[in-house]
Amino acid sequence: LAPWVPVVGLEIHAQISSNSKLFSGSQVQFAAPPNSLVSFFDASLPGTLPVLNRRCVEAAVMTGLALNCSINKKCLFDRKHYFYADLPAGYQITQQRVPIAVNGNLSYSLCIGNKMSQMVTRTVRIKQIQLEQDSGKSLHDDTRSQTLVDLNRAGVGLMEVVMEPDMCCGEEAAAAVRELQLILQTLGSSQAVMAEGQLRVDANVSVHHPGEPYGVRTEVKNINSIRYLAKAVDYEIQRQIEELENGGTILNETRAFDSKLGCTVPMRDKEGKQDYRFMPEPNLPPLILYDAKSLPANMNHQQVVNIDWIHERLPDLPSVKRAKLVEQYGILPEHSFILLNEDGLTEFFENVVRQTQMMPRKVIGWILNDLLSYLKQHSLTVKESPVSSSLLADLLNLLEKKEISAAAAKQVLAELWKGEGKTPLEIVKEKKLELIQDLKELEQICQAVIDGHENEVIMMVLG
Amino acid sequence: PESRVHLQVSSALKEGQITPTELCQRCLALIKSTKFLNAYITVAEETALKQAEESEKRYSKGQPLGVLDGIPIAVKDNFNTAGIETTCASNMLKGYISPYNATVVQKLLDQGAVLLGKTNLDEFAMGSGSTDGVFGPVRNPWSYSRQYKEKSLSKSHSEDEESNWVITGGSSGGSAAAVSSFTCFAALGSDTGGSTRNPAAHCGVVGLKPTYGLISRHGLIPLVNSMDVPGILTRCVDDAAVVLGSLAGHDPKDSTTIQDNFKPFELPDLTDVSKLSIGIPKEYHAPGLSGEILALWSKAADLFKNAGAKVTDVSLPHTRYSIVCYHVLCTAEVASNMARFDGLEYGHRSDMNKSTESMYAATRREGFNDVVRGRILSGNYFLLKQNYENYFIKAQKVRRLIANDFLKVFRSGVDILLTPTTLSDAAPYMEFIKEDNRTRSAQDDILTQAANMAGLPAINVPAALSERGLPIGLQFIGRSFQEKQLLTVAKWFEKQVKFPMIQLEEVKRLDPGVFQHQQSASFS
Repeated sequence: LAPWVPVVGLEIHAQISSNSKLFSGSQVQFAAPPNSLVSFFDASLPGTLPVLNRRCVEAAVMTGLALNCSINKKCLFDRKHYFYADLPAGYQITQQRVPIAVNGNLSYSLCIGNKMSQMVTRTVRIKQIQLEQDSGKSLHDDTRSQTLVDLNRAGVGLMEVVMEPDMCCGEEAAAAVRELQLILQTLGSSQAVMAEGQLRVDANVSVHHPGEPYGVRTEVKNINSIRYLAKAVDYEIQRQIEELENGGTILNETRAFDSKLGCTVPMRDKEGKQDYRFMPEPNLPPLILYDAKSLPANMNHQQVVNIDWIHERLPDLPSVKRAKLVEQYGILPEHSFILLNEDGLTEFFENVVRQTQMMPRKVIGWILNDLLSYLKQHSLTVKESPVSSSLLADLLNLLEKKEISAAAAKQVLAELWKGEGKTPLEIVKEKKLELIQDLKELEQICQAVIDGHENEVIMMVLG
Repeated sequence: PESRVHLQVSSALKEGQITPTELCQRCLALIKSTKFLNAYITVAEETALKQAEESEKRYSKGQPLGVLDGIPIAVKDNFNTAGIETTCASNMLKGYISPYNATVVQKLLDQGAVLLGKTNLDEFAMGSGSTDGVFGPVRNPWSYSRQYKEKSLSKSHSEDEESNWVITGGSSGGSAAAVSSFTCFAALGSDTGGSTRNPAAHCGVVGLKPTYGLISRHGLIPLVNSMDVPGILTRCVDDAAVVLGSLAGHDPKDSTTIQDNFKPFELPDLTDVSKLSIGIPKEYHAPGLSGEILALWSKAADLFKNAGAKVTDVSLPHTRYSIVCYHVLCTAEVASNMARFDGLEYGHRSDMNKSTESMYAATRREGFNDVVRGRILSGNYFLLKQNYENYFIKAQKVRRLIANDFLKVFRSGVDILLTPTTLSDAAPYMEFIKEDNRTRSAQDDILTQAANMAGLPAINVPAALSERGLPIGLQFIGRSFQEKQLLTVAKWFEKQVKFPMIQLEEVKRLDPGVFQHQQSASFS
């Protein structure tokens, strides 16, 4: 059987972290009472007009720069028309002709190999980033045959990040999205929490034989976590391969991921393909962005966005942070990867390092092998850890000063997890785990053991 | 700056010759006695009297807010007015009470103007007759003028007055009729293809279309966002300048308004037109232009020439494509703008509830008239992916050519263009409705709509009465944001032609001197 080449692209919608919406002044807030954050414009009251939110533009520029995109100095807004209960105006304002940023790339890392010990770096091209409005939410109440519409989310700013089909499997897709998530959180342009709907991912999947043109692709939606993303993509790849090997064909359709069943299912069919009748948004002039060179001398500072100014103020991106950690602490790249991957873990690690004499590359073992595995086992976040960085530092200091053995330290740690408020020293004393340094004492103990096991000694001497 | 000109009604108010309440009451009474005109959809009697009362308090303290304080005005029913019904003359918005005021409405109220009510129009401003709204057609007050009746008597048979009345033109017919019949001193209209200038011409009033981007559209329910402007209807050019001064300027709520600071201006009394260059665009000698109007246009050109102005023939070669171009762009934007009317958040909602889609369909069928639905269908057709390039993009390009025509002419040294406003005087209603809305719009918009394409300011000035005793107006088109020059020339012309006052029985019956003298027809 000829091999199959799976091809995966992603469309990611990241909710912009801002006080107010993209084109109106109403507040952006998660889980507010229904329809309590809706301005006249959001409700599409006739005669209302969009006014562009500067913060949203800055967020998109930051994100574009972090993803190595070209920022378009002039970009345009368009209307995308369709009828749906959660789209009050009957159209969404988006950027179809000329989006704010294009042609970037994102590098991400994967652990491969038998023991997941080898780290490789992959790159995915970013086709574009566009600004657009989020829709409201509809809740279908089938028992009463009604739909409940909440417009709190209608009009919230989104950045749609389009990743080219450079990925080949669920793992790559998940890793790319994870890296994007970290970048967005570092920039502060989006909080990117998938569970709160701040990051939504749709996957485009197809398969083909090497050397042949790309196959028909399907779009997979309703993916609610990064873990499910990997599952959904891998399932869809398998499904397509099986379908094609059985002589079937792939339909260019939209499918939903069913997390309970772990499979993708066709979504409710819309008769024929949608024609969105794109049209320029007449109420928004072209958005002009400036850089240091093009900025006119007497321009009102409030009225312009300066790309260079934003570039100068970008924080260290995750890749830079990781490199710095490796250099500063002498840890391995794989270690820094995991450190950044867990919310708050880097800070925890650095706090421990600061409070102990133990070498960072020894500390890292305790962080990744002991602390982290315990947290994972109990589904806790770093913030929820019953063992604080100071406590761990204290423990590691005891170990470093050779007052206890490594085995003893692990025992103490086990006690600390119980969170009973005892210090490491107290536990050591309690359990008599102190390392004995006195040679004479050690000799006595060994002699006592030998004396207590005469038979065994004789067996050993006889060979 | 304080106006040098003696403001008639304003000074009457200032000097206590008449109080705002009296003025308001008289206008309300006149509205009642001219109810047959059907110019008003909603009369906001209570709130108007309250506003008049407030105004009176200010005058008694000697602290009027400005020239507009206490002045009764009317607003076309496609502007949002908080607490007062806004219907757009459509079933879709019958009973709709907006929670906010359009910026222009707010500005007028902030100046102390008294809002008498909302005026009638073609449904959603689509039309050139003010005949296609759900509240019925508006009647041109001149139908009942002595001037018109005298001319009709000479006709062979005596027809019932009822069926002889003429249209106001549209779509801001209600506002034009309201100003023409003296029920208010100024009215807001809207202008997308001529909807302020056309009824102004037919009703014998001044109709100003400002430069696109000068006045905020926030709160004006849009027809074509890229062409709409709020229009100003008054009885004289000076009044239009005053209203313009109170409305123009950047609005942060409307991103298409220009940022530059606008300085309200006083209109100079132009005496010397020798430095003026008037252009006469030959393409405006359009097919169907009545001999009467052609002659009047020629006379007007001579008027300028004889006064020393430079009058030249110019060409705007792409004029003949403007109707078709307008049709494509207008319907496309209409299809888009009307998409929000789905019955969910506000407005009419059908009882049909089998599914969301069926509810949408029924709501929109019940809420919109044929004209609106026709334009939506056309517009959606032009916006389809397979048609977009050939229709919408092409029309945008043609629009650019039309705009460039004007630029070229203005660059060649011409200051103002002089053209007719309409092809003929107002048609009798029974004649007008023989053709459908689309046909009529295409015919009637031809002289006005290129100015909307190019975003230029334009004004109708009543020039003379036709053989039938009905008003004919002429149009001046100016350069972008050069309203001062445009209105200065218009004012000079107005002074020369001395257009007669309407002889309306109902107006005469309202005793006061305020209404009887030509000068008192204005407030400024």
